[in-house]
Amino acid sequence: MENYRILIYGYGNPGRRDDGLGPALVNLVEKWIEIENISNISVDSNYQLNIEDAYTIHNFDLVIFADATVEDIENFMLSRVLPSSKTDFTMHSVHPAFVLDLCTQLYEKVPDVFLLHLKGYDFELKEGLTKRAEENLKEAFHYVREILVNPVKDIQINKVINTI
Amino acid sequence: MGQKITIEPVTRVEGHGKVTIHLDDENKVVQTRLHIVEFRGFERFIQGRPYWEAPVLVQRLCGICPVSHHLAAVKAMDVIVGVGPDQLSPTAEKMRRLMHYGQFFQSHSLHFFHLASPDLLFGIYADPTKRNVLEVAKEFKDLAVQGVMMRKFGQEIIEATAGKKIHGTGAIPGGINKHLTIEEQMKFLIGKDPMNIDQMISWAQDALELFKGYHKENKNLIDNFARFPSSHLSLVRKDGALDIYHGVIRAVDKDGNKILHDVDYQHYLDYIAEEVKSWSYMKFPFLRSIGKQDGWYRVGPLARLNTCDFIPTPLAQKEFELFKDYTNGKPNDMSMHMHWARLIETLHAAEMIKELLNDPDILEGERVRKGTKTIEGVGLIEAPRGTLFHHYRINKDDQIEMANLIVSTTNNNEPMNRAVEIVAKDHMNGHEVITEGMLNAVETAIRAYDPCLSCATHALGKMPLEISLYNSNEKLIDQKRSD
Repeated sequence: MENYRILIYGYGNPGRRDDGLGPALVNLVEKWIEIENISNISVDSNYQLNIEDAYTIHNFDLVIFADATVEDIENFMLSRVLPSSKTDFTMHSVHPAFVLDLCTQLYEKVPDVFLLHLKGYDFELKEGLTKRAEENLKEAFHYVREILVNPVKDIQINKVINTI
Repeated sequence: MGQKITIEPVTRVEGHGKVTIHLDDENKVVQTRLHIVEFRGFERFIQGRPYWEAPVLVQRLCGICPVSHHLAAVKAMDVIVGVGPDQLSPTAEKMRRLMHYGQFFQSHSLHFFHLASPDLLFGIYADPTKRNVLEVAKEFKDLAVQGVMMRKFGQEIIEATAGKKIHGTGAIPGGINKHLTIEEQMKFLIGKDPMNIDQMISWAQDALELFKGYHKENKNLIDNFARFPSSHLSLVRKDGALDIYHGVIRAVDKDGNKILHDVDYQHYLDYIAEEVKSWSYMKFPFLRSIGKQDGWYRVGPLARLNTCDFIPTPLAQKEFELFKDYTNGKPNDMSMHMHWARLIETLHAAEMIKELLNDPDILEGERVRKGTKTIEGVGLIEAPRGTLFHHYRINKDDQIEMANLIVSTTNNNEPMNRAVEIVAKDHMNGHEVITEGMLNAVETAIRAYDPCLSCATHALGKMPLEISLYNSNEKLIDQKRSD
């Protein structure tokens, strides 16, 4: 497993309450891999994804993006990301499917990419997650930790998505 | 019977905006408006917080240009702690500049490769499914790789100077809190290809050549698309040089006459005011001396090259001379030349990064200075999109009691409205249905200003494109939506 390179990449703005769920997950994973001395898992985080992340992910076999969501889900959900050229109406950030598509085009690498949707409730200007979001984060972290121990075998796909 | 057409929101522009175009009975454009929802809650939110928190807190405003807000806020707080811009240690100023030029380099590169290059390589009126960066990646792979790596290089400069990607703390009131390490310096100077500054300078030059080549073959489009005369405003260095970090405020009119004579931005309220209009949530800044009607101005790359006298780096200066020669030294009023100006600034930023990386002051030296505290301070900076104002006042308990921000996109509010009006009249007169070409023309005009409206929204990922058509009775007669 040491040669199986994994990236956990959380994005969002921690200054906007639950929008910081992605980076918060990364903090937990980072502490865990440090304690356990796990060398094949890397972490990264940013306010949002952008084109340079196509380069970032091309070196990994498995990438799990983590982002806050307001989707109608209970607490969290993991879904597979497939390459897609569809862009949002925004010029300063892109979605995981776009990053994967660009990675495929530019670097001819197709890592396994998943998106961890973390349910958030409050996105106002304030530091700190809401209590419910913190609970969701804890559960999601336990889930991610389990599948990271044996990613190829254990990843359970709740829903296949083509793009976000 | 008159009609109103609504385009909402504008695609590929951060945040939320909509365009309404009013037609008369003969389907001629009689009025256009760009409506932008400006986020104003931040100024209230920051009240009561300790002043030293501001440079970090303001980064909550925007995940797109946090460095600009970080530096504008810390410049204001420098004044409050009694360490004016000329009193910072050389190390502190140079590290901040390195952070800022890194931000410019990545932001301008993103705009060019992600937005402008599809338009330039495939044409403004090309099929939108083709006119995007993924198609650039397919047909011009090397160029797309360059865009990705230039953006990454700038981001890494920011991370090295700000301390981290999210909520950086590199700049603090009165100085900075870290030096660059020798390892970081060497990585950026002589890192493995392509991630070194010489490669970045070379690619910035290539991007300029790409623009100039397209311009040569499409002169009419590039010169006349959304063209209109205006005044221009920006910071300039005291000797008239382009300076995006610090200087005095200068404004010139459409003929190049100075209408704001290199004034100290601590007194910006003596010269600039903001008008509220009933139909827009975003204010309209204007020069007091000229008045509401004609006192509006453009900010951003085009404005900066119209106000400055020269660029203090050799390669960018050569390009600046070509740029100025094109209009015989007069201000350039061509909206699409914003791309040209942006690329010259990209080259300048790369040259400045190299100069700063070679400066020993970034590796060691005094980081923070202290002075005599005051209660009020203004920080001004040229963000990639234009002039950014931060103004704070504190109380006796060191808490912020007043904050006023004028962001770059607000400064460009009237110019963007003018650009939309011109394009709408050129493309929509006599039509009652929006074609893809018309829609894209309006968007291209707005995109040239690289507006960032993310302060208005949070990243919920739901920004559909909606086009609504109304008759003269404001009745919705058609609507198109793309999710």
